[in-house]
Formats: sequence, C-alpha cells, structure tokens
Amino acid sequence: MSLAITLATARRIMTQLRHDRRTVALMVLVPTLVMILLYYVMDDERAFGHWSPILLCVFPFLVMFLITSIGTLRERTSGTLERLMAMPLGRLDLLLGYGLAFGLAACVQVALALAVSLTWLGLDLPGPLWPLVLVALLNALLGTALGLLCSAFARTEFQAVQFMPIVMIPQILLGGILVPRGQMATVLDWISNVLPMSYAIEAMAHAVADTDPGGEFWRDVVVVAGSAVLALLLGAATLRRRTS
Amino acid sequence: MMNLSDPAIAVRDLRVARGGAEVLHGLTFEVPRGQVTGLLGPSGCGKTTLMRAIVGVQIVSGGEVSVLGEPAGSTGLRRRIGYSTQSPAVYRDLTVLENLRYFAAVLGAPKDDPERVLAEVGLTGAAYQLASTLSGGQLGRAGLAVALLGRPELLVLDEPTVGLDPVLRQELWTLFHRLAEGGTTILVSSHVMDEAARCERLIVLREGEILADDTPGALREHTRTTDLEEAFLRLIEERAAA
Repeated sequence: MSLAITLATARRIMTQLRHDRRTVALMVLVPTLVMILLYYVMDDERAFGHWSPILLCVFPFLVMFLITSIGTLRERTSGTLERLMAMPLGRLDLLLGYGLAFGLAACVQVALALAVSLTWLGLDLPGPLWPLVLVALLNALLGTALGLLCSAFARTEFQAVQFMPIVMIPQILLGGILVPRGQMATVLDWISNVLPMSYAIEAMAHAVADTDPGGEFWRDVVVVAGSAVLALLLGAATLRRRTS
Repeated sequence: MMNLSDPAIAVRDLRVARGGAEVLHGLTFEVPRGQVTGLLGPSGCGKTTLMRAIVGVQIVSGGEVSVLGEPAGSTGLRRRIGYSTQSPAVYRDLTVLENLRYFAAVLGAPKDDPERVLAEVGLTGAAYQLASTLSGGQLGRAGLAVALLGRPELLVLDEPTVGLDPVLRQELWTLFHRLAEGGTTILVSSHVMDEAARCERLIVLREGEILADDTPGALREHTRTTDLEEAFLRLIEERAAA
C-alpha cells in the first residue's frame, strides 16, 4: 500500500468525474430534488422530519453503490484493471482511492441536501449537525465498498445495475423503516440484525432526534464503519493479479 | 546478481489452460537481452496468453517463467516491465496526458515522463484530447506510451502496430530498435509476416506450439525461401510431414 498511489487514484477518479458533468449534476442535485418532493408530498412537518433522515441515509449509499459498481466493472472490461495489476499498485490503493473520491462526492451531495432541508424545508435538529453528516458519509463509504464487492460478481453492466435492488430493497424492508424491527417475525429480526443498513438507519434516527448522541449512536456508527471495512477487504480479495 | 548475458526471459515447459482447453502446450524458449524479439503467429495461436504469462497476469497450469532473473509476476518486476495490451487499456474519459500522469504516478516515474513518452509515440499533438475521441491508431499509441513510462527494462507489446499507416509503423519500429540499442529488451507480437523481418529474433507460434525460434535470416535459409510468409507455410508443411 502506498499513500501516494492511493491519492493519485482518488485524483484520477475525480478527474474522470469532472469530465462527466452530467453525472456530477445528477449526483449532486437528485437527492436534494427528491427531498423537496418528499416535503411537498408529506405536507406535514413531523412526517417529513421522520422520512428525511432516512432519505439522507439511503441516497449516499444508493448512488455510490451504483457508480462504484459500474466504475469498477468498466475498469475490468476496459483492461485498465489488468494494466494496474501488472503495476506496483496495491489492491487496497485502488479500493481506497475509489472510497476517497466517492466519499468526497458524497460530502457534496449530502451538504446540499442538508442545507436545503435545514433552511428552506425547515428540518429541525435538536442536537449538533455532525452526527448526521458522519452517518451519511459512512453510508456513502459502505455503498462504495459494497459496490466494489458486487461488481466482482457482474460480467456486464446489465447484471451490475440489478445488484442494486438485491442489495438495497431487503435492507430497506428489514431496516425498520416500514415496520419497527421489534415487531417483525423473529427470523426477519435476526436477518435485520446482520444487515448494516439497519444500524445506519438507527444511527440516523439518533442523529436527528438526540440532543447529545450517546452510546447507542456510537455502537451503530462502529457497526456501519466495520461493515464498510469488511466489504472493502472482501472487495480487495476479489481483485486478482492473475486471471484465467 | 544476474549476468547481462543471461536471457531476459526464460520459459520452460509452460502450459496454460483456458476454459477447460489447453492453449499453450509446454513451451520452452529464451528471449535474449537488448534485442527486438518478434512473437509471430496467426490470430488465436496463443500469443496474447503467452505474453500475459510473461507479464504475470495469467494463471498458468504448469512450467516456469523467469523474467529478468525473477519468477514472472514477482512484486519487484512490476516496475521493470512495460506492458501494452492489444486493446488499448486507457481511461476513455480522461485526456491522453491525464492518463499518462496517473500511470506515471502509480509507477513512480519522473514528472516529465508523460511528455517524453508522448513525443516518442508521436502523440504530443493529442495530449489534451479525451481518449474517447482518438482514432484506433492513436489509441493504440496511447496504450504504448503508458508501457514506455518509467523506462522499463523489458517491453512486452501485444500487436502495437495494428491499424497504423506505413509511416507511423516505420517510426515505431525505429523507436523499438533505438530502445533496444539502449539496452531495453523488447518482445513484440504481430500476425503480419512482413514485420518479422524487422526483428532480430523470431518465435513463430501456431496452435500453442513453437514452430520456429531463430533469426529471420536463419529461418529463410532453413526453409529455402526469401519470403517469410512462404517460410511460415513451409514450416507448417514440415511439421505436418514429421
């Protein structure tokens, strides 16, 4: 592993994004636009207060998952991955480079969505802002890491995009958004316990509701961060120097 | 420490299977240092697979490949080998210069290396062009430029002259010979026989086996023909008769 190579990789990925303005515009604007739509659909401050943090949780994850899985799939099919694997680049250099570049992109995404929610849409936070930003960012990293991992199992872009609902929908259904986790059948509750999104959603709930997020918030944060690291390491294991 | 007279590449009984079928059937040969060695043969004969094994990105089922005194795929070799694949492995959504700057950073090559290699492959004029807007020949040269970064001791080039006009092809061959004179070992594949005459040594491959491993002159003499295309045909006949 080398810091210089990791940073060069992150810079390269951001340059690629810079050349693709439409993607950047979509990435930055869509969560905010959906937030505004949600506000007018709910037409109720309390319901909006309940749903908006969930969106802030889901969006960075969703977008980063999609972009990363397509991005790494492109590296595999274009031969650039093979070229890099023949060079003195560590596998984690590549993965952390992606994590860093898309983490920064997620920061911009969340910053705008938050700014609009807190000002125009009147989202009220009793406590500080940073727990919310932290959770959103961790979710983006988790999405990036899982996207990298899933792209190893996709041969085509068609397959890659379909991993999104597979990874996303069960986590949303079981994450306690629609039905509180405690009210689910025992087996479903167990499954819910091993899905990282459940902890991300819980952490986000603490971040918006608590004046001073404490022990439970930190436990959730550690679980989400740990899942991201685990997915990143598994992703690294799927990158092979030698292929058939 | 290794001797300069040691071969740059030594392959012994190399076997590779892909998709259940064996594509390289126990190859044994050496590539001398500081020369341009041509790897010739029709499409599908195993040239690319062999090159991948030398670079160390191919899973092999048997045999030994030693490159610059180390087993192929060793960490230490990653800075010493320049590899360009047949389909140009560059980022299409970056400019040529951005591509080179990134790969130079990964290799730890000098800051001015991107400009140097661009000039060497004659792409200076396209430095600020997005790779996706390049022609096929330009893309190929961009891929070749990446392989030249950091002045590697061994260049493994898979069909670098495909789709180029005769002037550019001539220029690239001049470049290869200049690099070889400077001590670089070059292994270059081609399916065009007329390029064979430009190599100092030829390895002719067909259906995963070596048909010939000699100098172009000796090959012409052996097959009693001046035309290398003809020589290739005679080698196949010879093999069939044996």
